Amino acid sequence: MEITNYAVLACILFAIGATTVLLRRNAIVVFMGVELMLNATNLAFVTFARVHGDVTGQVLAFFVMVVAAAEVVVGLAIIVTIFRTRRSASVDDVNLLKG
Amino acid sequence: MENVIGLAPWLVGFPLLGAAVLLLGGRATDRWGHWLGVAASTAAAVTGFVLLFAMISTPAEERVVDHHLWTWLSAGGLDVDLGVRLDPLSMTFVMLVTFVGTLIHVYSVAYMAHDPHRRRFFAYLNLFVAAMLTLVLADSYLLLFVGWEGVGLASYLLIGFWDHKRPNAVAAKKAFVMNRVGDMGLIAAMALIFANVGSVQFADVLPAAAGELSGVGASTATWTAVALCLLLAACGKSAQFPLQAWLGDAMAGPTPVSALIHAATMVTAGVYLMVRSAPILEAAPTAQLVVVCVGAVTLIFGAVVGCAKDDIKKALAASTMSQIGYMMLAAGLGPVGYGFAIFHLLTHGFFKAGLFLGAGSVMHGMDDEVDMRRFGGLSRFLPVTWITMGLGWLAILGVFPFSGFWSKDGIIETAFVPVDGQPWRAWLFGSVALVGAAITAFYMSRLFFMTFGGQRRWDDDHHPHESPALMTVPMIILAIGSVALGGLLAVGGTFTTWLEPVTGHAEHGEPVIPFWPLVILTHVLVIGAALLAFRQYAVSRVPVTAPRGSLLTRAARRDLFQDATNETLVMLPGQVLTRSLVYGDKAVVDGGWLGLGATVTQVGEKVRGMQNGYARSYAAMILTGVLVIAGVAGIAAAVSQ
Amino acid sequence: MFPWLTALIAWPLVAAAVTAASGRSRSGAPSPRLVALVGALVEVGLLVAAFVQFDTSRAAEHQLGQTVPWIPQIGASYAVGVDGVGLLLVALSVGLVPLVILAAWREQGGDTLRLRRYLVLILVLEAFMVAVFSARDVFLFYVLFEAMLIPAYFMIGAFGQGPQRRYAAVKFLIFSLTGGLVMLAAVIALYFQVPVDAQGQRSDQAFLTENLTGLGLDPTVERLIFLGFFLAFAIKAPLFPVHTWLPDVAENAPVGTSTLLICVLDKVGTFGMLTLCLPLFPGASQWAAPVIVVLAVISVIYGAVMAIGQDDLLRLIGYTSVSHFGFIILGIFTFVPLGVAGSGFMMLNHGLATGALFLVAGFLIARHPARSQLIADYGGLRTVTPVLAGAFLVAGLATLSLPGLATFASEIMVLIGAYGGSPVAALVAIVGVVLAAVYVLLTYQRIFTGAPAAGLETLPDLTGRERLVAAPLVVALLVLGLVPQLALTYVDAPADQSVVAVLENEGSEQ
Repeated sequence: MEITNYAVLACILFAIGATTVLLRRNAIVVFMGVELMLNATNLAFVTFARVHGDVTGQVLAFFVMVVAAAEVVVGLAIIVTIFRTRRSASVDDVNLLKG
Repeated sequence: MENVIGLAPWLVGFPLLGAAVLLLGGRATDRWGHWLGVAASTAAAVTGFVLLFAMISTPAEERVVDHHLWTWLSAGGLDVDLGVRLDPLSMTFVMLVTFVGTLIHVYSVAYMAHDPHRRRFFAYLNLFVAAMLTLVLADSYLLLFVGWEGVGLASYLLIGFWDHKRPNAVAAKKAFVMNRVGDMGLIAAMALIFANVGSVQFADVLPAAAGELSGVGASTATWTAVALCLLLAACGKSAQFPLQAWLGDAMAGPTPVSALIHAATMVTAGVYLMVRSAPILEAAPTAQLVVVCVGAVTLIFGAVVGCAKDDIKKALAASTMSQIGYMMLAAGLGPVGYGFAIFHLLTHGFFKAGLFLGAGSVMHGMDDEVDMRRFGGLSRFLPVTWITMGLGWLAILGVFPFSGFWSKDGIIETAFVPVDGQPWRAWLFGSVALVGAAITAFYMSRLFFMTFGGQRRWDDDHHPHESPALMTVPMIILAIGSVALGGLLAVGGTFTTWLEPVTGHAEHGEPVIPFWPLVILTHVLVIGAALLAFRQYAVSRVPVTAPRGSLLTRAARRDLFQDATNETLVMLPGQVLTRSLVYGDKAVVDGGWLGLGATVTQVGEKVRGMQNGYARSYAAMILTGVLVIAGVAGIAAAVSQ
Repeated sequence: MFPWLTALIAWPLVAAAVTAASGRSRSGAPSPRLVALVGALVEVGLLVAAFVQFDTSRAAEHQLGQTVPWIPQIGASYAVGVDGVGLLLVALSVGLVPLVILAAWREQGGDTLRLRRYLVLILVLEAFMVAVFSARDVFLFYVLFEAMLIPAYFMIGAFGQGPQRRYAAVKFLIFSLTGGLVMLAAVIALYFQVPVDAQGQRSDQAFLTENLTGLGLDPTVERLIFLGFFLAFAIKAPLFPVHTWLPDVAENAPVGTSTLLICVLDKVGTFGMLTLCLPLFPGASQWAAPVIVVLAVISVIYGAVMAIGQDDLLRLIGYTSVSHFGFIILGIFTFVPLGVAGSGFMMLNHGLATGALFLVAGFLIARHPARSQLIADYGGLRTVTPVLAGAFLVAGLATLSLPGLATFASEIMVLIGAYGGSPVAALVAIVGVVLAAVYVLLTYQRIFTGAPAAGLETLPDLTGRERLVAAPLVVALLVLGLVPQLALTYVDAPADQSVVAVLENEGSEQ
C-alpha cells in the first residue's frame, strides 16, 4: 500500500476543512469544516496505524470520533441557541469575545 | 571601699525610681510628688557621701573600683558589662551632681510652686540626675553613651517644659539635634575603638591607648581619629565651637534647669569625657592641640557674646560656654591640665549654679522679667540674692581667695607652660586665657551692676521682693561653696592629688611668666575690667532700650551670627535637599516604576486590538501559529541533520 | 516531641474559623472581636510554651519543628523549625497580633461584620507569618511568601481609610508578585541544581534548606539564582529603589494592617536575606555585597530625608521604616558577626518601636474630627492629651534609637559591626542617627507642642484599652534595652553561623 496517497488525501481533506472554517460565514458550514478536519486526522491516524502495525493510532481515531460527536452535540446546541436569540447563524455577527 | 561599692548602683537607682513613680503615677502624685523628687535626689546625695567617705578612707592606689552588675550585651565579639566604675573622677562628679542637684531640687519646690505641672518637672529632674550619674559612673563607652543621651533627653524635656509656647519646643529640639550631631562622633569613636581594641570597656580601652597592653593598640593616626570623634561629641554636649548654638536657646527652660543642666553638670560632660579619655588624648598630640584650640576659640566666643546680651540668662549661658572653654583648654594641656579642668568644673558648678539660682530669684521677684536693662538698683529689694550673687560674681572673676581664683588661675598658669618645648603655644593660649579672664570680669560685672547697681529702671507694676527660704537657703549654701570650696580643696594640692589615681601624677612645668607676676597681672586685668563695667553700668545711666551699638556689639547680640551660619550652611541646603528628594521620589523613582507599569499597559492596549471577537480570525491565527511552529521545527530538523 | 510550630501555625486558623462563625446569632453569642482576641491570646500562651521548650544553647539549630513529606515528587516537604532569629520573629508576629486586634476594637466604623472580616484576615495572616518564619523548605517558603499576599491585599484594599487604598493595594500586590515571580524562577532553577542519584532522581527532600546549602554552584548560576531571591527580598524589605509601594500602603492602609505588614511581614525580606541568601549563596552574597551595602546606606539616608519632608503622618512612619530596613540590610551584608547579630535583633526591635508608633499614631488620627493624617492639622496636643503625647514620644524615641531602649542596642551593634566590614558605609550611615532625631522631634514638635489647634482643644486622652495596647510595647522596649541579652542569646549563634558560612566559602575559593 502506498502511504503517500493516504497522507496526501488526508492533507487535502484537512486543507478543505481549514479553508471552510476560515472563509465561510455560516456557522453550520464552519462546523462541517471542523468535522472535515477531524476526519482528515482520523484518516491519517488509521493510515499510520496500519503502516506501523500498531493499534494505538486506531484507538486514537476512536477517541477523536467520540470527541467529535460530543462536540457536535454541544456545538449545535450553541448554534441553535445563538440563532434563536440573534436570528442569524453567521459567525461574524457574534464577536462578544472581543478584548 | 569593697563593702560599700554595692551602694553605687543606687546612686542611679533612687532618682530613676523617683522619676518612674512620678511619671507613671500621674496626677495621683501631684500633691506630694515634688517632695518625692527631693527625697530621691537626697537619697542619692547621702549615698554619695557614704561612698565618698569610704573612698577617702581607702589608700589612693585602691580607689579605682569596677563593680560589675550584669552582662549587658554580648554578641558577635562585643562584650559589654553593665557596671559601675567608681574612682576619684566619677566620685567628684557624683558629689557635684547629687549635692548641687539636691539643692536645686529644693529650690525648685518653691520656684515651681505655681506651676500646675510641678510633678512632671520633678520627674524630669530626677530622670536627669539618674542619667547624669549613669554617664559618670559608666565603666564603658557604651554605657556612658546611655547616660550621655539620657541627659540629652532630660535636657530636651526640660528645655521644652513649657512647650505650649512654640519657640521653647523649637529650642528643645535644636538642643537635642545639635547634641546628636556630636553623638555621631561618639558612635564613630566607639566603632573605631572596637575595630582596633575589640572592646569598649574603659578597663580595656584606656590601658590599650596608654600602650600598657602588649599586642593590643592602634596607630597614632587611629587614636587621633578617635580623639577627634570624642571631641566632636564633647563639643555637642558642652556647647563648644562649632556646636555651641543650642545653649543660648536652651535658656527657654525653667531657671533651675538652666542652673543644674546648662551650667553646673550636663554641659560639663564633654570635659568629663575628655578627661576620662585622657590616655587616648595623650596618644594623639595633634588631637590635644585641636582640643586646646576649640577651648580657646569657645572661651573668647562665649565671652564676647556675653558682653552684649541683655537677657540675664543668656548672658549667663554665654558665660557658661566661655568657662567650659577654659576647662576644654585645660583638658587639652595634658596631666596637669586635667586636674585643673575638673577643679574648675567643680568650682564653676557651684558658683555658676549659684548665679543662675540668683538670676531665677531675681526673675521670681520681677515677674519673670529677664531684660537686665529693666532691672537696676535691686540690691535693696533682694538683699540675700544680692549678696549670694555677689559672692558668685567674685568667684567667677577669679578674685583671691574665692573658689574661682584657685581653679581658673591654675588653668591660666598651666596654659602658660610650654608644651613640647614650644613657647609659641604657651604665649598664644596663655594670652587667650588671660584676655578671656579680663572679658569675663567685664561682662560678669556688667551683669551684676546692671541688675543690682545703678538706678531702678523697672515700671511701677513690678514689685521686687526677696524669695522664700526654700530658694534662698540653697543659694546661700552655693554661695558658701563659691567662697570656700576652691581654697579648701586647693590647699596643698589636695584636689589634684585626689585625682591622681585617674589622671596620673604630673610635675608642674615652669610657665613662661613666673607665678606671682602672673597672679598680679591677672588681678590687675580683672579688677580693671570690673571697674570699667562699674563706671559704665553702675555710675552712668543705662538706657532702657539698647543703643544700636558698634558693629561688634551688634554681631555679638546675634551670637556672632552662629544661627545665620548654621541656617545657611546646614538647614537651607538640607531643606532644599529634602524638597528635591521628595519631589524626586515621586517623579523619578516612583515615576520610573509607574512608567514601567504604564508601558506594559500600553503594549497590552495594542495587543488587545488583535482580539477582535471574530472566531474565524482566531482560527486563522491558530492556523498561522501552527504553520510557523511546524516550519521552525522543520527547519531546525533540517539544520540538525 | 510536640510539634510546637505546627500548633502555632494551626491555631490562628482555628481561631479565624471560629471568629468567622461567631456573632451570627443575636442571642448573646460572644462578639467576633472577643473571640479573635481570646484566640490571639491563646496563641501567645502557646508561644510562651514554645519559648520554654527552645534550647538556647543550640540557638543556631532549627528546633520545635517537624518534617513531613508534602509533594515528594518535586522534593517539597512540610518542614518547619526555627533557629533563634526565626523564633524572635515568630514571637514578634504572635505578640503584635493581640495588640492590633485590641487597637482595632472600635475600627471599621462600628460595623461588626466588617470588623469580623478584618479580624479573620488578621488571624489568617498570623498563621502565614508564623509559617513563613519557620519554613525550612524553600518551596514551602515560596508558597507561603506568596500566600501572605492574599490576606494582606484585602487588609489594605478593603479596610483602608485612605482615599487611594485600592491603588495602594494593587501597587503592593504587583510589586510583591513581581518579586515573587522572579523568586519562583530562582526556586525552580535551584531545584535543578540539586544533584541526581544513580536513577536520575532527585531526593524527595530536595527543597530542604540543608540539602540546598553547600551545593558548590557554578558562580554564574549562583549569582543569577541569588539575584532572583534577593530581588524578591529587597522589594519586601524594602530597599531603595524598590521601596515606593511602602509609603503608599502606609498612608492608605488601616494602621493595624500597616503594623503587621511593615513591622512583621516585611521582615520576611531581611529574614530571607539572612537565612537563605547568606547560607545558600555565600559566594554570590559576597559578590553582590558592595552594591547592596551602597543601596542600604542610600536607604538609611534617603528614607530619613524623605521622612523629614512628609506632610502625612503615616507616610512619614513608612519612610522611617525604609531607613531602618537600610540599617538591617547594612548589618547583614557587611558580614561581621556583631553587625549581623545587631540586624537580627533590630528586626525584632524595629517591629516593637515602629509598631508602637503606628498604633499610637492610629489612636491620634482616630481622635481627629476629620480623621486627618496631615501633620499640619494638629498642634499643641501635649497639654490636651498628655498620656497620648507621652506614648508617642516614647515610641518616637525608640524610633530614633535612644540609648536605654532596645532599638539603641541593635542600632549601635549594626553600626559598630558594619564599621568592621565597611568603614565608609558605617560612617555615612551614622548620619542617619542625626536625621532620625530630626524627623521624630520635628513631628513631635508639630503635633504636640505650641498652642492647641482649633477644634482639638477637647480631645479625650488615651482610654484604658489604648493604654493596654501601648504598654506592652513600651515595656518590651525598656526591658530589652536594659537587658538586651534576653534577646541576644537567641540571635548571636545564628548570626555567627551565617557569617561563618560566607567566610568559609571565601576561604574555600581561595
